[in-house]
Amino acid sequence: MPHIIKDGEIIDDGWLLMRLKEGLPAPAPDAAEQADVIIPLSLWRDSAEWRERTAGRTGVWLGADEAPDLFPGDWNDFPLVAVDFPAFTDGRGYSIGRLLRERYNYAGELRAIGDVWKDQLAFLWQVGFNAFEIKHGKPVEDALAALKSFTGHYQSTWRQPEPLFRRGIK
Amino acid sequence: MYRYNDIDRELVDQRVAQFRDQTERFLAGELDDEEFRPLRLMNGLYIQRHAPMLRVAIPYGHLNSVQLRTLAEIARRWDRGYGHFTTRQNIQFNWPKLADVPDILALLATVEMHAIQTSGNCVRNTTTDAFAGVAADELLDPRPWCEIIRQWSTLHPEFAYLPRKFKIAVSGSVEDRAATRVHDIGLQVVRNAAGETGFRVLVGGGLGRTPVIGEVIREFLPAPHLLTYLDAVLRVYNRFGRRDNKYKARIKILVKAMTVEGFAAKVDDEWQHLKDGPSTLRAEDIAHFSSFFVDPDYHLKPGAHGDLAQQAGEDRGFARWLERNTRPHKEPGYRSVVLSLKKTGVPPGDITAEQMEAAADWAERFGFGELRVTHEQNLVLPDVREADLHALWLLAREAGFATPNIGLLTDIICCPGGDFCSLANAKSIPVAEAIQQTFADMDYLHDLGEIELNMSGCMNACGHHHIGHIGILGVDKNGEEWYQITLGGQQGEQAALGKVIGPSFARARIPEVIAELLQVYVALRQEGERFVDTVHRTGIAPFKEKVYAAHH
Repeated sequence: MPHIIKDGEIIDDGWLLMRLKEGLPAPAPDAAEQADVIIPLSLWRDSAEWRERTAGRTGVWLGADEAPDLFPGDWNDFPLVAVDFPAFTDGRGYSIGRLLRERYNYAGELRAIGDVWKDQLAFLWQVGFNAFEIKHGKPVEDALAALKSFTGHYQSTWRQPEPLFRRGIK
Repeated sequence: MYRYNDIDRELVDQRVAQFRDQTERFLAGELDDEEFRPLRLMNGLYIQRHAPMLRVAIPYGHLNSVQLRTLAEIARRWDRGYGHFTTRQNIQFNWPKLADVPDILALLATVEMHAIQTSGNCVRNTTTDAFAGVAADELLDPRPWCEIIRQWSTLHPEFAYLPRKFKIAVSGSVEDRAATRVHDIGLQVVRNAAGETGFRVLVGGGLGRTPVIGEVIREFLPAPHLLTYLDAVLRVYNRFGRRDNKYKARIKILVKAMTVEGFAAKVDDEWQHLKDGPSTLRAEDIAHFSSFFVDPDYHLKPGAHGDLAQQAGEDRGFARWLERNTRPHKEPGYRSVVLSLKKTGVPPGDITAEQMEAAADWAERFGFGELRVTHEQNLVLPDVREADLHALWLLAREAGFATPNIGLLTDIICCPGGDFCSLANAKSIPVAEAIQQTFADMDYLHDLGEIELNMSGCMNACGHHHIGHIGILGVDKNGEEWYQITLGGQQGEQAALGKVIGPSFARARIPEVIAELLQVYVALRQEGERFVDTVHRTGIAPFKEKVYAAHH
């Protein structure tokens, strides 16, 4: 079972991540498949079968170009929402994560997937991500320590909504 | 001047530790070139032609004497005894070793300095008027706002990986000396009819490949909303700015694509969600930041005119320096002094360790221990008593700091060019020197009056050639260095982009071409008319005719 970082710990993770293959039709859910599956948001929108699946839990993932504001439902219906980072230098997911937490009040697991490794973790945590699937080949233990890279922040973040200047630290 | 608290210090120390870890992982082969590149850039480290180049942040161009001495120490210990001031008020070291950089950063941290976000696709060092707080024409002091923006932008977790670099400039004076119209965001501190402080917000300005003059998206943003509004602008840019083509990734391209009105509306929608949120600045917060920028006790060193007029009357050299290299101060009896880093034979903006130490001494002896870096790449002593000017001039002259050419043709803004930079198409430093040598006659230079000559070694425009009255751009033609000339650009409130006069010239011909352009100016100018104003009045045709006709 692969390891991920969640809430500051390395844990075994049972979720299966489904990425669609270009040109191939999206698979229908297998009634016998009891595993928890993270499917693309578009598949959730397009497929009643996936929406009504009961064999295992279903989460969704958003691409970096998918706006959380375009989803009409309640994000809290999902036990897990993941955001994809197609490249570690692509910062759109930071805004998406923050919007999910702050504007849509999403309270479940928010997972960063894709090109995610040590050096992004501290900031991803601040904007609201609490789970990180570290890119294959990058050390997970080493990444864990990076969550504590910075003990303070100037800005208002989801973790600490009061900016430094309002916290009486002069 | 702003002083660090425990959190500021802790953050900088932790950033040094983080960068040390990143450098070690790179040297150990755990990070490849592609992975390390954005990480090192975000900490000001470039890999250049000869060695890495480290760019150290000088927040809004403010330095104290202790910091400047530390920069001198770095220049001596890890570089070749000098540094280079940039057009963004920072300093660069051209010769450090990669493995030494964490130690350099650790030393910088001891004097409240760092290299955070001096490069990379993130919010860069905020810049402002080098004469902020002392200028005679200042309306409102931009420095507290610069510090508020510095804190907001430093290690902002949402905006560390933007589509492209992002530059913010703040101005609070009549004359815009911060080039707010050629920044991604320009903020002009203003007061509305009700007497409230706020900002005129411009976006989408910038030089580089596609030069654009910024446009106003909000005439008056009340000061308490500064940070929530900046968050809204950055979020729109972060989400919707292009990431598929780095030449189309700056905010100016997004603003053009959405139209200014469309972009402003999108920002407004976003802002409605953030407005009045926790980042709203209360009066006490603004007062806290302003408290770092109160006037020094000018009365401790009572200003006196002394015999300035007499000294100037007796010594033409001093008179000239007084006219060109000093500026009016808001406090009677004081002036601000510009130490020229544009001496012929020295690359524009370069400063030796000895000069740094001398300037630090003078800042303490004649002022209040503070200095400023200008975006024209000179150094400023902001508070000098008029009575001390003559003594300072004598010292500055000895140290090679007193060339009386501020604002004149030889006060060239210039990037490091092909001698150092791996992006450059052409050298810029030898061209600057050739021009300075050609125009060595001070009488002629003074007669020509104010001329801004800006030069860049490639279209990234670090030398701001588009806004030079005369702009020179190095281009590559089949492996040879050629130079394209623009006329009529200018910075400030009337910011304008220069027009290309025609085909480019070989390097050897540049001084002659400049001489011909100036002959046209001298022949056509009206009483008291500056070069750039003549160009705007007559158009570029007569200039073009002269420089191209002569050689056909």
